[in-house]
Amino acid sequence: MSSIETPDIVVIGGGNAALCAAITAAEAGARVLILEAAPKPYRGGNSRHTRNFRCMHHGPLGPLVDSYTEDEYLADLLKVTGGKTHEGLARLAIRTSEDCLPWMEAHGVRFQPSLSGTLSLARTNAFFLGGGKGLVNAYYRTAEKLGVQVAYEAAVTHLELTDDRIDFIDYTQDGQTHRVAPKSVVVASGGFQADTDWLARAWGPAAKNFLIRGTPYNRGVVLADLLDQGVEQVGDPTQCHAVAIDGRAPKFDGGIVTRLDCVPFSIVVNKDAQRFYDEGEDVWPKRYAIWGRLVAAQPDQVGYVIIDAKSLNLFMPSVFPPIKADTLEELARKMDLPAEALVQTVAEFNAACGDTSTFHPTELDGVATTGLTPPKTNWARPITEPPFYGYSLRTGVTFTYLGLKVDERAQCAIGNRPVSNLWAAGETMAGSILGQGYLAGFGMTIGTVFGRIAGKEAAAHANAI
Amino acid sequence: MQMQSDLLQEARRQAEICNACRYCEGYCSVFPALHAERAFSDGDLTQLANLCHNCRGCYYACQYTAPHEFELNLPQALANVRQESWEDLAFPQVAGRAFQKNGVAIAVVAVIGFAVLFWTAKSLGSEGGEGFYAVLSHNAMVAIFLPAFLFPLVSIAISLRRYLKRVDAEPLKPAHLVKALKQAAQMRNLKGGHGDGCNFEDEDRFTHARRMAHQAVMYGFLLCFTSTSVATVMHYVLDLPAPYGLFSLPKLLGLSGGLLLVLGCVELIRLKLRSDRALGAQGAFGAEIAFVGLLGFVGLSGLLLYALGQTAAMPLLLAVHLGAVLAFFLLTPFTKMAHGFYRLTALVVDAQR
Repeated sequence: MSSIETPDIVVIGGGNAALCAAITAAEAGARVLILEAAPKPYRGGNSRHTRNFRCMHHGPLGPLVDSYTEDEYLADLLKVTGGKTHEGLARLAIRTSEDCLPWMEAHGVRFQPSLSGTLSLARTNAFFLGGGKGLVNAYYRTAEKLGVQVAYEAAVTHLELTDDRIDFIDYTQDGQTHRVAPKSVVVASGGFQADTDWLARAWGPAAKNFLIRGTPYNRGVVLADLLDQGVEQVGDPTQCHAVAIDGRAPKFDGGIVTRLDCVPFSIVVNKDAQRFYDEGEDVWPKRYAIWGRLVAAQPDQVGYVIIDAKSLNLFMPSVFPPIKADTLEELARKMDLPAEALVQTVAEFNAACGDTSTFHPTELDGVATTGLTPPKTNWARPITEPPFYGYSLRTGVTFTYLGLKVDERAQCAIGNRPVSNLWAAGETMAGSILGQGYLAGFGMTIGTVFGRIAGKEAAAHANAI
Repeated sequence: MQMQSDLLQEARRQAEICNACRYCEGYCSVFPALHAERAFSDGDLTQLANLCHNCRGCYYACQYTAPHEFELNLPQALANVRQESWEDLAFPQVAGRAFQKNGVAIAVVAVIGFAVLFWTAKSLGSEGGEGFYAVLSHNAMVAIFLPAFLFPLVSIAISLRRYLKRVDAEPLKPAHLVKALKQAAQMRNLKGGHGDGCNFEDEDRFTHARRMAHQAVMYGFLLCFTSTSVATVMHYVLDLPAPYGLFSLPKLLGLSGGLLLVLGCVELIRLKLRSDRALGAQGAFGAEIAFVGLLGFVGLSGLLLYALGQTAAMPLLLAVHLGAVLAFFLLTPFTKMAHGFYRLTALVVDAQR
């Protein structure tokens, strides 16, 4: 590496927030070094797997139709977080999001109309052409043109905090240890969800069976190092955002394609072939996060979705074909479920189904079971038509809530005073805004808004020295 | 046939992953067509493969490329299916299999083309014509080139009928053809959806280089072809035989077309040499280069013939040029040249959706 001997700013992390910070700082004249833990093909952290950005707008903007006001945006956010939201920072993110979209376009990001199957987001979320990796590629091109240096497979091991200042950063690359002492530091290296030991300490041993939907490189090393030294933390350390995904997904990095949308048209049983929750409580986008927790609470943290032939084409195809059988007994055998119990569970469910003539797959149709515990309150059609299909379900972790507490300038704190040269952006500080739950596309909004703020502040600090 | 079913199976595996993701929907015509299906028949995959222009936008944007265990490489998977479909649908099939992946065979045919023209010119000689016809009479040229022109047309017509049957196309309507021609005229599928171009010569950087080079070749070729057609009309209908002056229609069309063709081919080869071969059809790289080389040589030898037409080198250059043209025509259905016909047909079928 033909390195900058003494960069003004080191940005730790290589995803959306890191790149927004690096680009903004470089445009302000700072010499910037990005330390990305992943190798180049995996650069970009969880941003690689994202697809859109939730954006306030007055009137049509880029790919977005109509308008989406600050108050409506905030109301959507408060709904999913159950009020556990830092309103000041949330409003800052929301308000600034409108400026972000043209900024993103000016820095190489390209948008596309809402994807097929996601029309409900056409007003609120701007989709990246090619998805998050396309965005990340564009930002790396822009950053490199601005002279930003990027070190891949550069794993930060320690930030030396003295009083209220980061003195230096240690990192390893190609088996060599390096020390760098920049004027400003931006941490944008995500949460800790890929460290399954940490996850198990926080959540309990069941977490060992969770799948990690995103990058294997978000191991929380920098986060832990800073928290250990007393940097202010925020967010419930035991909680993570988790959804129910295809149980055959890889341990890490399965991303969007492992999503399974068939639960509302199914019954879901545990490994004893017993149902455990109302599969038809609400439309799937409003329920998939709940099912991550429900499955996590079942034995071995696994669930089994059972549908029949008439439901097969009602949901988006997923990456793995379903397990298929002509009888329920055969399906049970193929899925390692107790056959007799499954047959009985299905029979009880079928007997509890009533009139299905008003079945409607995309609306709450009220086609419900009677006298069944737990009930199925919508889309309850008997499972009778072979062939029968099954999917396994596991808990897929998206991100963790524990993070660095920042102020409206994205600056970190120790005790009651700011760390004079440390800023944070993206998932690693998202807990400062989101206490629980998640709103589609809001992670990229936080990353972009606070990445740009952090880059600006870090550059102003470096330029003033 | 075993190999083909493996290639189809791999394309199917990848298409199913793409269909569960859909992030690339805006890049080109392939993805909206792909996302409209739930399962992929061999015909569906053949159609998707021929719609794909190998712009590579989806590859560089994909979060599932190797080293990810899903190992997505849709540009190559579709290129393989596409290449196989051209071999398989060729008439006669044996010729498709002989040339589509064999640059040496293409070169051999070109040399045979030269030899035939030398021999013909030498043994028949002139019947006292002017200019080029002093080397080889007009009638002899027609006797050689009329069948060499008609044969590829018949062959390609048969292949396209087979293609339409394989992809289960609806009856063709003029509106569909118009839409397809518009797309081809602008090479919309190499624009990348956002209009920034495609990813070809420098990883994920978007440029218009390949689109421009391709259009130079395409329009250059069409100008040359028009030049010949105009000359034919002038000869037979207007009784104005060659040679023609610089400011005649055949010359103006031929010269501008020849220049575009040569420059476009040089640039296409340069880009191809810089591209990542692992994103194109397996084993077809050499034949593609040979084909573009032959096409460029047709243009170059034509220009040289014009420039040195008044010198002693003319008879030799005429034989070389006509030999290259002969080889090019005869090989059209069995080389990369066929892609234009399949691509246009795929766009027509896509317009039916």
